[in-house]
Amino acid sequence: MKASVIVFPGSNCDRDVAVSIKKITNLDPIMVWHKETTLPKSDLVIIPGGFTFGDYLRCGSIAANSPIMIDIIKKAKDGLPILGICNGFQILTESGLLPGTLIKNDCLSFICKIVSIRVENNQTSFSNKYKKNEIINIPIAHNEGNFFADNDTLKKIEDANQIIFRYCNVNGEINNSSNPNGSIKNIAGIINENGNVLGMMPHPERATCNITKLYDGENLFKSLAESLF
Amino acid sequence: MPKNGVLDPQGKAIENSLSQLGFENFSKIRLGKIIEVEINEGEEKAIIVAEEMCKKLLVNLIIEDYEIIYDREK
Repeated sequence: MKASVIVFPGSNCDRDVAVSIKKITNLDPIMVWHKETTLPKSDLVIIPGGFTFGDYLRCGSIAANSPIMIDIIKKAKDGLPILGICNGFQILTESGLLPGTLIKNDCLSFICKIVSIRVENNQTSFSNKYKKNEIINIPIAHNEGNFFADNDTLKKIEDANQIIFRYCNVNGEINNSSNPNGSIKNIAGIINENGNVLGMMPHPERATCNITKLYDGENLFKSLAESLF
Repeated sequence: MPKNGVLDPQGKAIENSLSQLGFENFSKIRLGKIIEVEINEGEEKAIIVAEEMCKKLLVNLIIEDYEIIYDREK
Protein backbone atom coordinates (compact mmCIF):
# COMPACT_ATOMS: atom_id res chain seq x y z
CA MET A 1 0.00 0.00 0.00
CA LYS A 2 1.55 3.32 -1.06
CA ALA A 3 0.30 6.17 1.08
CA SER A 4 0.71 9.91 0.58
CA VAL A 5 0.68 12.23 3.58
CA ILE A 6 -0.21 15.82 2.76
CA VAL A 7 1.84 18.45 4.58
CA PHE A 8 0.46 21.97 5.04
CA PRO A 9 1.99 24.90 6.93
CA GLY A 10 0.93 24.09 10.49
CA SER A 11 0.49 20.32 10.06
CA ASN A 12 1.97 18.71 13.16
CA CYS A 13 0.92 15.05 13.06
CA ASP A 14 2.33 14.35 9.59
CA ARG A 15 5.46 12.63 10.89
CA ASP A 16 3.56 10.67 13.55
CA VAL A 17 1.22 9.27 10.93
CA ALA A 18 4.19 8.47 8.67
CA VAL A 19 5.74 6.44 11.52
CA SER A 20 2.45 4.53 11.98
CA ILE A 21 2.20 3.78 8.26
CA LYS A 22 5.81 2.58 8.17
CA LYS A 23 5.24 0.38 11.21
CA ILE A 24 2.12 -1.29 9.80
CA THR A 25 3.02 -1.52 6.09
CA ASN A 26 6.82 -1.50 6.25
CA LEU A 27 6.74 1.15 3.52
CA ASP A 28 7.59 4.80 3.86
CA PRO A 29 4.73 7.07 2.79
CA ILE A 30 5.35 9.92 0.36
CA MET A 31 5.23 13.33 2.04
CA VAL A 32 3.44 15.72 -0.31
CA TRP A 33 3.71 19.52 0.12
CA HIS A 34 0.35 21.30 -0.18
CA LYS A 35 1.55 23.45 -3.08
CA GLU A 36 1.94 20.44 -5.36
CA THR A 37 -0.76 20.27 -7.99
CA THR A 38 -0.69 16.52 -8.72
CA LEU A 39 -0.75 13.67 -6.26
CA PRO A 40 1.95 11.05 -6.73
CA LYS A 41 0.55 7.62 -7.55
CA SER A 42 -0.92 6.44 -4.25
CA ASP A 43 -3.41 3.93 -2.87
CA LEU A 44 -4.26 6.12 0.12
CA VAL A 45 -4.09 9.81 0.98
CA ILE A 46 -3.81 10.94 4.59
CA ILE A 47 -4.58 14.49 5.68
CA PRO A 48 -2.96 14.69 9.11
CA GLY A 49 -3.78 16.69 12.21
CA GLY A 50 -2.37 20.07 13.10
CA PHE A 51 -3.32 23.72 12.97
CA THR A 52 -3.06 24.48 9.27
CA PHE A 53 -2.66 28.19 8.58
CA GLY A 54 -3.03 28.87 12.30
CA ASP A 55 -6.73 27.89 12.20
CA TYR A 56 -7.38 31.32 10.65
CA LEU A 57 -10.91 32.12 9.44
CA ARG A 58 -12.26 28.64 10.32
CA CYS A 59 -10.28 25.49 11.08
CA GLY A 60 -9.29 23.86 7.79
CA SER A 61 -10.88 26.49 5.57
CA ILE A 62 -7.65 27.87 4.09
CA ALA A 63 -6.06 24.43 3.67
CA ALA A 64 -9.20 23.21 1.89
CA ASN A 65 -8.29 25.68 -0.85
CA SER A 66 -4.60 24.76 -1.16
CA PRO A 67 -3.46 23.78 -4.69
CA ILE A 68 -3.15 20.03 -3.93
CA MET A 69 -6.80 19.87 -2.82
CA ILE A 70 -8.06 20.22 -6.40
CA ASP A 71 -6.43 16.91 -7.36
CA ILE A 72 -7.42 15.28 -4.05
CA ILE A 73 -11.08 16.24 -4.54
CA LYS A 74 -11.02 14.98 -8.13
CA LYS A 75 -9.42 11.63 -7.19
CA ALA A 76 -11.63 11.22 -4.11
CA LYS A 77 -14.63 11.47 -6.42
CA ASP A 78 -13.07 8.70 -8.53
CA GLY A 79 -12.86 6.51 -5.41
CA LEU A 80 -9.34 7.08 -4.04
CA PRO A 81 -9.33 6.36 -0.27
CA ILE A 82 -8.75 9.48 1.85
CA LEU A 83 -8.26 9.56 5.62
CA GLY A 84 -8.54 12.88 7.46
CA ILE A 85 -7.53 12.98 11.11
CA CYS A 86 -8.48 15.85 13.44
CA ASN A 87 -7.59 19.00 11.44
CA GLY A 88 -7.64 16.65 8.43
CA PHE A 89 -11.32 15.92 9.22
CA GLN A 90 -11.99 19.68 9.40
CA ILE A 91 -10.28 20.13 6.01
CA LEU A 92 -12.44 17.38 4.49
CA THR A 93 -15.68 18.98 5.67
CA GLU A 94 -14.52 22.43 4.52
CA SER A 95 -13.65 21.01 1.09
CA GLY A 96 -17.09 19.45 0.80
CA LEU A 97 -15.80 15.86 0.67
CA LEU A 98 -17.61 15.09 3.92
CA PRO A 99 -20.97 16.39 5.16
CA GLY A 100 -21.41 18.53 8.26
CA THR A 101 -18.82 20.67 9.99
CA LEU A 102 -16.84 20.94 13.22
CA ILE A 103 -17.48 23.81 15.60
CA LYS A 104 -15.99 24.87 18.93
CA ASN A 105 -16.17 22.32 21.74
CA ASP A 106 -19.20 22.99 23.92
CA CYS A 107 -16.94 23.16 26.99
CA LEU A 108 -15.11 26.08 25.29
CA SER A 109 -11.70 24.63 26.00
CA PHE A 110 -9.06 22.60 24.23
CA ILE A 111 -9.38 18.94 25.17
CA CYS A 112 -6.37 16.61 25.19
CA LYS A 113 -7.12 13.20 26.64
CA ILE A 114 -7.68 9.53 25.89
CA VAL A 115 -11.31 8.75 25.10
CA SER A 116 -13.30 5.60 24.40
CA ILE A 117 -15.00 5.37 21.05
CA ARG A 118 -17.31 2.66 19.73
CA VAL A 119 -16.96 1.15 16.27
CA GLU A 120 -20.43 1.64 14.77
CA ASN A 121 -19.72 0.28 11.30
CA ASN A 122 -16.94 -2.20 10.57
CA GLN A 123 -17.96 -2.78 6.97
CA THR A 124 -15.53 -0.23 5.53
CA SER A 125 -11.95 -0.49 4.31
CA PHE A 126 -10.97 1.75 7.25
CA SER A 127 -12.59 -0.29 10.01
CA ASN A 128 -12.91 -3.94 8.93
CA LYS A 129 -10.27 -5.18 11.37
CA TYR A 130 -12.39 -4.03 14.30
CA LYS A 131 -15.42 -5.87 15.62
CA LYS A 132 -18.77 -4.12 15.38
CA ASN A 133 -19.45 -2.24 18.64
CA GLU A 134 -15.85 -2.76 19.76
CA ILE A 135 -14.76 -0.13 22.29
CA ILE A 136 -11.35 1.31 21.53
CA ASN A 137 -9.21 3.89 23.33
CA ILE A 138 -7.77 6.67 21.20
CA PRO A 139 -6.46 10.13 22.16
CA ILE A 140 -8.21 13.33 21.15
CA ALA A 141 -6.59 16.79 21.07
CA HIS A 142 -8.76 19.56 19.70
CA ASN A 143 -10.58 22.81 20.30
CA GLU A 144 -13.08 22.49 17.44
CA GLY A 145 -14.24 18.88 17.41
CA ASN A 146 -17.93 19.43 17.98
CA PHE A 147 -19.54 17.77 14.97
CA PHE A 148 -22.59 19.59 13.64
CA ALA A 149 -24.94 18.87 10.76
CA ASP A 150 -28.53 19.93 10.05
CA ASN A 151 -31.30 17.42 10.72
CA ASP A 152 -31.69 16.29 7.10
CA THR A 153 -27.96 15.65 6.70
CA LEU A 154 -27.83 13.88 10.02
CA LYS A 155 -30.70 11.59 9.10
CA LYS A 156 -29.06 10.80 5.78
CA ILE A 157 -25.71 9.85 7.29
CA GLU A 158 -27.37 7.81 10.03
CA ASP A 159 -29.60 5.93 7.59
CA ALA A 160 -26.66 5.15 5.31
CA ASN A 161 -24.48 3.87 8.19
CA GLN A 162 -21.97 6.64 7.56
CA ILE A 163 -21.23 7.10 11.27
CA ILE A 164 -18.12 4.98 11.90
CA PHE A 165 -17.10 6.03 15.44
CA ARG A 166 -19.04 7.49 18.38
CA TYR A 167 -17.73 8.70 21.73
CA CYS A 168 -18.78 6.31 24.53
CA ASN A 169 -17.88 5.42 28.09
CA VAL A 170 -15.78 2.40 29.09
CA ASN A 171 -18.91 0.23 28.93
CA GLY A 172 -19.71 1.39 25.42
CA GLU A 173 -22.67 3.52 26.52
CA ILE A 174 -23.33 6.57 24.39
CA ASN A 175 -24.71 9.50 26.37
CA ASN A 176 -24.04 13.12 27.30
CA SER A 177 -21.50 12.26 29.96
CA SER A 178 -19.45 10.26 27.46
CA ASN A 179 -19.51 13.12 24.95
CA PRO A 180 -16.32 15.17 25.36
CA ASN A 181 -17.09 18.05 23.00
CA GLY A 182 -20.84 18.33 22.34
CA SER A 183 -20.83 16.49 19.00
CA ILE A 184 -24.31 15.69 17.70
CA LYS A 185 -25.12 12.03 18.47
CA ASN A 186 -21.63 11.66 19.96
CA ILE A 187 -20.17 11.48 16.46
CA ALA A 188 -16.38 11.04 16.41
CA GLY A 189 -15.90 9.89 12.82
CA ILE A 190 -17.91 9.63 9.60
CA ILE A 191 -17.45 8.29 6.10
CA ASN A 192 -18.76 9.64 2.80
CA GLU A 193 -21.58 8.02 0.86
CA ASN A 194 -19.22 6.07 -1.40
CA GLY A 195 -17.22 4.74 1.55
CA ASN A 196 -13.80 6.02 0.44
CA VAL A 197 -13.40 9.22 2.52
CA LEU A 198 -13.20 8.94 6.30
CA GLY A 199 -12.83 11.82 8.74
CA MET A 200 -12.30 11.39 12.48
CA MET A 201 -11.35 13.69 15.35
CA PRO A 202 -9.51 11.04 17.47
CA HIS A 203 -5.87 10.35 16.55
CA PRO A 204 -5.35 6.67 15.64
CA GLU A 205 -1.67 7.36 14.85
CA ARG A 206 -1.15 8.19 18.53
CA ALA A 207 -2.36 4.72 19.44
CA THR A 208 0.14 2.64 17.51
CA CYS A 209 3.32 2.88 19.56
CA ASN A 210 5.10 2.03 22.76
CA ILE A 211 5.43 5.65 23.84
CA THR A 212 1.72 6.13 24.49
CA LYS A 213 1.17 2.47 25.40
CA LEU A 214 -1.96 2.56 23.29
CA TYR A 215 -2.39 0.26 20.33
CA ASP A 216 -6.08 0.48 19.39
CA GLY A 217 -5.29 2.65 16.36
CA GLU A 218 -3.28 -0.12 14.69
CA ASN A 219 -6.32 -1.93 13.34
CA LEU A 220 -7.38 1.13 11.38
CA PHE A 221 -4.10 1.15 9.46
CA LYS A 222 -4.17 -2.67 9.21
CA SER A 223 -7.70 -2.51 7.77
CA LEU A 224 -6.46 -0.11 5.09
CA ALA A 225 -3.27 -2.06 4.40
CA GLU A 226 -5.19 -5.28 3.91
CA SER A 227 -8.02 -3.72 1.87
CA LEU A 228 -5.71 -1.77 -0.41
CA PHE A 229 -2.98 -4.30 -1.15
CA MET B 1 -23.07 35.21 12.30
CA PRO B 2 -23.83 31.71 13.61
CA LYS B 3 -27.17 30.57 12.22
CA ASN B 4 -30.17 30.37 14.50
CA GLY B 5 -30.26 26.95 16.12
CA VAL B 6 -26.50 26.42 15.84
CA LEU B 7 -24.92 26.19 19.25
CA ASP B 8 -22.79 29.27 19.91
CA PRO B 9 -20.70 28.38 22.96
CA GLN B 10 -18.86 31.70 22.85
CA GLY B 11 -22.10 33.66 22.90
CA LYS B 12 -23.20 31.52 25.85
CA ALA B 13 -20.00 32.25 27.76
CA ILE B 14 -20.34 35.99 27.16
CA GLU B 15 -23.96 35.80 28.33
CA ASN B 16 -22.91 34.12 31.59
CA SER B 17 -20.20 36.66 32.17
CA LEU B 18 -22.56 39.60 31.61
CA SER B 19 -25.05 38.07 34.05
CA GLN B 20 -22.31 37.81 36.64
CA LEU B 21 -21.60 41.50 36.13
CA GLY B 22 -25.19 42.21 37.09
CA PHE B 23 -26.73 42.87 33.67
CA GLU B 24 -30.34 41.76 33.43
CA ASN B 25 -33.13 41.58 30.87
CA PHE B 26 -30.99 40.57 27.96
CA SER B 27 -30.68 37.34 25.98
CA LYS B 28 -29.62 35.72 22.73
CA ILE B 29 -26.02 36.84 22.58
CA ARG B 30 -24.41 35.60 19.37
CA LEU B 31 -20.80 36.14 18.43
CA GLY B 32 -19.91 36.57 14.77
CA LYS B 33 -17.22 38.30 12.81
CA ILE B 34 -16.74 41.23 10.48
CA ILE B 35 -14.49 40.82 7.45
CA GLU B 36 -13.45 44.01 5.64
CA VAL B 37 -12.38 43.88 2.04
CA GLU B 38 -11.56 46.58 -0.51
CA ILE B 39 -12.60 45.62 -4.03
CA ASN B 40 -11.46 47.75 -6.94
CA GLU B 41 -14.78 47.68 -8.75
CA GLY B 42 -17.95 49.75 -8.83
CA GLU B 43 -20.61 49.05 -6.21
CA GLU B 44 -22.68 46.61 -8.25
CA LYS B 45 -19.73 44.46 -9.36
CA ALA B 46 -18.07 44.68 -5.93
CA ILE B 47 -21.16 43.20 -4.29
CA ILE B 48 -21.21 40.34 -6.79
CA VAL B 49 -17.53 39.62 -6.14
CA ALA B 50 -18.05 39.81 -2.36
CA GLU B 51 -20.95 37.39 -2.67
CA GLU B 52 -18.72 34.94 -4.53
CA MET B 53 -15.97 35.32 -1.90
CA CYS B 54 -18.49 34.52 0.83
CA LYS B 55 -19.71 31.37 -0.90
CA LYS B 56 -16.27 30.08 -1.83
CA LEU B 57 -14.34 30.77 1.35
CA LEU B 58 -15.44 33.41 3.81
CA VAL B 59 -18.61 31.76 5.07
CA ASN B 60 -19.47 28.20 6.04
CA LEU B 61 -23.11 28.10 5.01
CA ILE B 62 -23.82 25.05 7.17
CA ILE B 63 -23.41 27.09 10.33
CA GLU B 64 -23.20 30.74 9.36
CA ASP B 65 -25.41 33.44 7.83
CA TYR B 66 -23.89 36.52 6.25
CA GLU B 67 -24.77 39.99 5.14
CA ILE B 68 -22.81 42.18 2.71
CA ILE B 69 -22.67 45.86 3.58
CA TYR B 70 -21.22 48.26 1.03
CA ASP B 71 -19.49 51.15 2.73
CA ARG B 72 -19.73 54.29 0.62
CA GLU B 73 -17.79 56.36 3.16
CA LYS B 74 -14.49 54.59 2.56
